[in-house]
Amino acid sequence: MKLTNRSKHLEKKPMTLLERAYLPAVLTGMGITLKHFFSKKATIRYPEELRPIAPTFRGLHVLKRDEAGRERCTACGLCAVACPAEAITMVAGERKKGEEGLYREEKYAVSYEVNMLRCIFCGLCEEACPKAAVYLQADKMAPPRFERDEFIYGKDRLVEPVDPNARSKRGIQLTAEQAEALARRMAGMDA
Amino acid sequence: MEIPALAWQGLVILAVFGITLLIATYSTYAERVVAAFLQDRVGPDRAGPYGLLQPLADAVKLFTKEEFFPAGSSRGLFIFGPCLAMTTALMASAVIPFGNTILLGDGTAIRLQAIEVNIGMLYVFGVVSLGVYGLMIGGWASNNKFSLLGAVRAAAQAVSYELAMGMALIALLMVTGTLSLREIALQQYNGLWNIVYQPLGFIIFIVCAFAETNRTPFDLPECETELVGGYHTEYSSMKMGLYLFAEYINVFVASAVMSTLYFGGFSFPGEHLLYNTLTSSQGELFAHNAVTILGTVVLFAKIFFFIFFFMWVRWTLPRFRYDQLMRLGWTMLFPIAILNILLTGAFILLFGNKEAKLDTTKQPAPTEIRAVARK
Ligand code: SF4
Ligand code: SF4
Repeated sequence: MKLTNRSKHLEKKPMTLLERAYLPAVLTGMGITLKHFFSKKATIRYPEELRPIAPTFRGLHVLKRDEAGRERCTACGLCAVACPAEAITMVAGERKKGEEGLYREEKYAVSYEVNMLRCIFCGLCEEACPKAAVYLQADKMAPPRFERDEFIYGKDRLVEPVDPNARSKRGIQLTAEQAEALARRMAGMDA
Repeated sequence: MEIPALAWQGLVILAVFGITLLIATYSTYAERVVAAFLQDRVGPDRAGPYGLLQPLADAVKLFTKEEFFPAGSSRGLFIFGPCLAMTTALMASAVIPFGNTILLGDGTAIRLQAIEVNIGMLYVFGVVSLGVYGLMIGGWASNNKFSLLGAVRAAAQAVSYELAMGMALIALLMVTGTLSLREIALQQYNGLWNIVYQPLGFIIFIVCAFAETNRTPFDLPECETELVGGYHTEYSSMKMGLYLFAEYINVFVASAVMSTLYFGGFSFPGEHLLYNTLTSSQGELFAHNAVTILGTVVLFAKIFFFIFFFMWVRWTLPRFRYDQLMRLGWTMLFPIAILNILLTGAFILLFGNKEAKLDTTKQPAPTEIRAVARK
């Protein structure tokens, strides 16, 4: 019984003399490979060259601060609920007196951890956040590490530093040229 | 005059040895780069400029790896296998003429060849076939069925293809009338390269050379898809390295032999013209040495082309199936080789052989060069 009508009956013909001599086919094949010898190489020499990243690329998370330098996150847990990979855990705490300069809301995240091995970088946390606190950065990725627990990023590595120049301490550090190249590519993509 | 000449000869032997090793070393690098380029990649480029120190890095890696002896292997033979493969591979380059002679001021002529024997071609043939014992012993001593199968394949393949190769050579012998590689190279100084007389023979020879060196498409003895690693499945560390190295030396020797037998060896078009102009302007000694050195360079260019060709084929063609390999060897190459002998014989009967033809040519024969070479 045939399941579909798409099956094709192939007839295996005996090879012709020319085919049995192998050489014509061999020469054709060698012509093809020789063409590839001179063609443009697909390799990206990684640390020196970066592959183009889309401006909407979703990379490493960052917990934003507001204009006054206070942490925006209020530990509402919406991002953790939204997360399909269950990568986010947090512990909420109450803001004490005198900490108004540190946290924007009365409730804040004492700890906030993202497991980068679970995360699928879908960006749903970013969309769920009512406080515009969590974002996935377009120019940073979670770099490879030797230990699994090093992939659990705590607040020390997630919260945006007060000094924006110190930002590149986390994730892959771009050199000035690479950052410039990235900016150029992204500008090109916008156009 | 006896001692310095001997010393010079020793120097040449050392140089040939060193060059063979160097070329084999860099063949490993070249293989990767060629493979990469044929596959639109760039290959190793991290160790040193353009990755040129890669072979060194490989050597360090191989030397520092664990020496592994499989249980139940016969230890002595297990070590002897790779040694034999390497030794026989190295021995073959001894008779290859890498150039004509260099003349010293006092009239000493130094042959750019380690040893000149009048049965050079037979020597190469014999030594190269000995190489298969290296694989056999290694495969047998490993006490592993995959190794053993690889070794058996290697032996069967070598025997089958040696036959056709020998037949191709016989046809060439009928044309050249000599077994000395040096003589064959010098004969081509004065006329057409042997490929013109023996195109069919060359094709048979090169196909068999691929089979003899165990290179793709005939690398059945080490076929990963069927036999894990073939005869070197159980080998690690530098013993494995020796096997791989021996393969590259064999490729180098095969390239050198092919260049010498069929592509004029160290001769190049226009050498008489160069010789004559240089003689009139700079003197005979200088002219002779200049032509010799240029010839050596040309020979190496030819060798490098063939090495590239080996790699090019390797990264183009898939492996033969074992029955296809045997059928190709016995039912195609062997009869064609015999046919080639018959054809060659017929042509020689009709037109006379090459040696006879050469003497009647009106070209300005470089008798000096030949006379010196025969001294
Ligand atoms: S990007 Fe997606 S998977 Fe990763 S933490 Fe946010 S919601 Fe979870
Ligand atoms: S990051 Fe946003 S969504 Fe997640 S807990 Fe903080 S405020 Fe709520």
